[in-house]
Formats: sequence, structure tokens, C-alpha cells
Amino acid sequence: MGETLLEKVWRAHTVRTLPNGQTQLFIGLHLVHEVTSPQAFDMLRARGWRVSRPDRTFATVDHIVPTKDQRRPFLDVMAEDMMSALERNCRDYGIPMADLSSGRQGIVHVIGPELGLTQPGMTIACGDSHTSTHGAFGAIAFGIGTSQVRDVLASQTLAMSPLKVRRISVEGTLGRGVYAKDVILEIIRRLGVQGGVGYAYEYAGPVVERMTQDERMTICNMSIEGGARAGYVNPDETTFRYLEGRPFSPRGDAFERAVQWWASMASDRNATYDDEVTLDGATIRPTVTFGINPGQSVAVDERIPSPTDVPPQERTSLAEALEFMGLAPGAPIAGTPVDVAFIGSCTNARLSDLREAARIVTGRHVAPRVRGLVVPGSQAVSHAAEREGLDRLFRDAGFEWRGAGCSMCLAMNTDRLEGREICASSSNRNFKGRQGSPTGRTLLMSPAMVAAAAIAGEVVDVRTMIPAPESPAVR
Amino acid sequence: MSAVDRVSGRALPMRGDSIDTDRIMPARFLRAITFTGLEAHLFEDDRREADARANAGNGKPHPFSDPAYAGATVLLVNANFGCGSSREHAPQALHRWGIRAVVGESFSEIFFSNSVALGVPCVAVSRDAAGALMTLVEKDPATIVDVSLSDMRVSAGGTSHPIALPASARASFLTGHWDATGLLLREPEAIARVAGALPYVTGF
Repeated sequence: MGETLLEKVWRAHTVRTLPNGQTQLFIGLHLVHEVTSPQAFDMLRARGWRVSRPDRTFATVDHIVPTKDQRRPFLDVMAEDMMSALERNCRDYGIPMADLSSGRQGIVHVIGPELGLTQPGMTIACGDSHTSTHGAFGAIAFGIGTSQVRDVLASQTLAMSPLKVRRISVEGTLGRGVYAKDVILEIIRRLGVQGGVGYAYEYAGPVVERMTQDERMTICNMSIEGGARAGYVNPDETTFRYLEGRPFSPRGDAFERAVQWWASMASDRNATYDDEVTLDGATIRPTVTFGINPGQSVAVDERIPSPTDVPPQERTSLAEALEFMGLAPGAPIAGTPVDVAFIGSCTNARLSDLREAARIVTGRHVAPRVRGLVVPGSQAVSHAAEREGLDRLFRDAGFEWRGAGCSMCLAMNTDRLEGREICASSSNRNFKGRQGSPTGRTLLMSPAMVAAAAIAGEVVDVRTMIPAPESPAVR
Repeated sequence: MSAVDRVSGRALPMRGDSIDTDRIMPARFLRAITFTGLEAHLFEDDRREADARANAGNGKPHPFSDPAYAGATVLLVNANFGCGSSREHAPQALHRWGIRAVVGESFSEIFFSNSVALGVPCVAVSRDAAGALMTLVEKDPATIVDVSLSDMRVSAGGTSHPIALPASARASFLTGHWDATGLLLREPEAIARVAGALPYVTGF
């Protein structure tokens, strides 16, 4: 009987079975940031414990960093405190850190892969629910809370209960103007925001196999939005090519040996799954959320549902969502006016995302009264984009070009919505108040769709704005 | 650590599916390096909205603002409670407010494990049972809700419902080992052995 990648990784990392029946699992890479770690370091100090494996721990700063003026000390006193606490903790415990002067700083889920820290077959943990992103490399990556951050710091292990595996196959091909973001939004819409509880999602099928690592990261990133604590794609040539030559990737002969081991960790052909789901990629259209959880979405050419269209147990939630969003049941989602356009976040702020958005805005201008913001996922993304002239393209189109960080995805810095503003956003959550204003409203969509909405001043089908096919990158 | 086998007290009904941790604890209150004082900001934005409506004569105040539920130790919720962000600030704030057990239809996994680490059991009941318990408590906020991990029942006002809790979490509560770090540090040689057998740790 074959095994899934999850089973292989689990077995290779099992330290022992704990008295309560959980598995003590070795964590190969612990990523640390400024929001969920200071209390964990304090707990460590209070108990007199050391950091067990600083060599398997890596820190950066992302959630609170200002994206406009990054000179130290930050103007925001609290942000400066959090930044200093992380620097002090990393210094005290010998943890490597990508700080603002390193050229390597960025959103933790963007820099891990970019630096080659994230590798197939690993277990990865981070005090952030979007840690599932790293599953795009065939790692098993968990979001954890601060007490568990303490556990990993102290022991480099976690107490975990086994996960079931659901294989989600996306068959066929995607249409032009349909992106990885649309695929994951469609998966969440079909399986629900809690459909993945108890599962790891294995994303597979021809559409996923043809995807770049960037696209796979977008899919795995939002596993948690579907309730799945982890999501992964089996590592393949695309993964290995991505990793070759990265700063923390193995080199020379070691790289060849690594590829062999990585490939051996992929799910066997005859592996058995706890559940299997198939989607036809050709039926997926550009998708937009209309509600207050990521499962409440429609295709851009569909109408917003009425409470009478949905099963009884969803009616209250739908009514609450429509009231909060101020959207009418039965109205088309296209044409919904937007005030802000945000291109950023660990879901969609990598170089390929910025390129796709740039193709839409080239030669056009942001609509009057729309505030457009481009926040690259990392300093490396930012520098690469600038080398290609994307910053100029966005600026010429009327967008602000900012420094790297989480920014308006969760508004822990000064980038936030005001009042009841509606934001077309390439981020991952449309929860009430998520983007910093308690009454602010979020419409999740692909970066290209955000770019299109910024130009049109309203939700619009990006397929009407994509330049004619000119390269294989255009679908 | 002490064993948790029973939580008994007044309850607070928090209706709604998929209440996310951004609502429980808005991100702006995560701008701190300790958890101190977080309980003051529980559901702050939701509370402000509901309380303003109530003051205008439209509906009830938010349950966390309603004096009728002050001092509650059991939180009653619906489905997928605590979804979204992994921020432990959410269960920390609930715990600091006084919540010692959560009874609901289902929970997000990260919220569930964060709560275990604080010694707060999140136990599952049917949708009907969750609704019945909430109605009971809304009618009489003085109702005592009793959650027993030994009997795996929740009882209130003469009614009783079965509860579900994964065996591992139940064992952790009943033995008082819900804070896992001590256990995880117990066998360092076993950890070193596993690490030493992983090609990526040894450099391929």
C-alpha cells in the first residue's frame, strides 16, 4: 500500500507517541515574526529554558512594519517596541534574522521559499495561520499559536494529532484571466470554510501540476481559509528548479542528493486518501467574494445570492454578510464600486503577481477617487520588480509603490481602510474589520482583478481588459 | 498544572457561525509585546456596533457588554468558532475575561489547540443542543451550565446533552498535562535521534 506525502513526512519526524496519544513531531524549520513571538520568548525566560535549535529557526519582521517610511526608530512607537523586542530576542538566543537592512526582509511566507529555507519533506511551523503556504513545496506546514511557538522554541517539537488527507484534483485547463487565486476561492466556495477541519489538503491534477511555485503558494496559502490547517502539492521538477541556487538550498552534489530525497517524499501513485474531490478547471471563472468569509464568493459574471437561494443553515450568515457589505441580493457583483485597491499580502504579492497586475494597468490610469496601493511581498520581490520597471508602471498608472510587509491585509501598520470604504484586495480574508476599519469592506480577488477594478473604479471582469495573447505566460 | 475535569458556572451565549479571531480580537490590539489587558478589547468592534443599536432601542447589547452575563465562565457558540488568524490573543483574552470552557458545534483547529494550551476545553455539541443551551441561558442568565469531561456531558436547567472532545485533548485535561512543553522536553535524546536521521538536518 502506498503512502501520501503527509504520511511519509509524519513518520520521518515522529519523535514518540505522547501519553495522551498525540504525536511528538520534530519541526524542521521554525519561522518567527514580531507579533506572535514576544510573549513566547517571555515564557521561555520565565521558565529558564533555552532555544533548542536556533540553527533551525529564522526570523523576520512583517506584520507591523510601516511600508512608507521605514527609517528607525519607526514613527509608530508600538511598532518600534515590537521590532526592538524581536531584535533583542534574536540577539539573545542566536536566531538569524532578516531585518530591514538585510535586503531579505519581507512577509515570512514570501521570504522562506525565496531564500530556499522552505524545502520539500520538511515540517514547518510559524505563529501565523498562513504557514500553510509552504506546503507548495511539499512541506507539511502548520500555523500555531504563541504557546506552541514557545513549545517549538524550547523543544523544536510540537504535540500534534494526525491529519486526514483530502486530495483535490483540478482537471483540464484554466481559461484566460483565471488564476490560482480563482482556483482556491472556488475550492473554498465548494467545500466550505470549515470543510477542511481535520484534513490536510493535497492539491493535484493537471492544472496544479502545470502551475509555477508562485501559483502553488497562492493555493496552499488559503488552505486555512477552507478550514484545513495544512495544504500541500507534491514536489516535482518545477519545485526542484525553483530551489536550485537559492541562498539556503543545498549546492552541488548535495543538491542532487536532496532532489532524490525530495522526490521520494511525494505521495505514491497507489497512496490512499481519506477523501477525494475533483474540479474541472475549465469551469472556474474570475471569482470575487461578496461577504464576510472567504467562502462567500461568486464568479464575476454571477449575481449575489439571496438568502432564499442557500440551504437554511447558511441563511443567517448570508443575511448578516449582505447587511454588513451593503450589497443587494440578486444584484450582479460586477459594477460594485471600489474605493481602494490593494495588491499585496502573503497570498498574492510575489513577482509573478505584480507582473500580471502590471499587464492590466499598463497604459491605463487608476479611476478618480480610487486609492491604489502596491505592497511587494519582500524586499527581493520589490528589487526584482524595480529592475523590470514595474514600480514605474504602477506609479505612472496612479498606484502608490510601497516597502515590503503585510500592510493592508490586516492593517497592523498605518495602511488601513477608512470608514465604510470598499477595498478590492488580493489578500486572503474578508472578515469584518479585517482591513483596519471596523466598518470597512473587503472584496477578495486575484491581483489582476484588483488591478482591473482599480482602473474601472468598480468590480469588472479582467478578461475584458487583458491584452491580446503575446507570450506563453498568457492563458 | 492542575487537572480540568469539570467547569461549572453561568454561561454567555455568542450566536453566529464562523466567528473569526479578527472579530474576537481585532488586529490593532495585537500591537503589544504582552497579553496583559487584552480582555478589555474582546469583540470590541462588534460590541460597539451592537451596543449603539441597543442604545437606540434596537436589539440587545452585545453579550460581552450585557451585565446579565458578567462573570460567566462557559462560552456557548455555534459552528467554526475561532476560525481565521492563529492569534492566541483571542483565547488569551477570553481566558483573561474569565471563560474556562467553550461549548459549541465546532471549532477551528488552531483556536482549539491554543485553548488547550491555556487549559480551556472546547467541547462539541449538536446544533440543536447548542441552540437549546443558548435559549435556556438567554431566558435565564443565572442558569448554571455544567461541563463534565469525566461524564462527557453538558447539563443545564434539567437538560443534559452529550459532548465530544478528541481523546487526546480529554486525556490532557484529565491528567493536567494540557501545557505540553514539559512533556516535549522529557526525551531530548529521542529528539536528537530523529533530527539526526533527517537528510536536510544533516546537510544531505
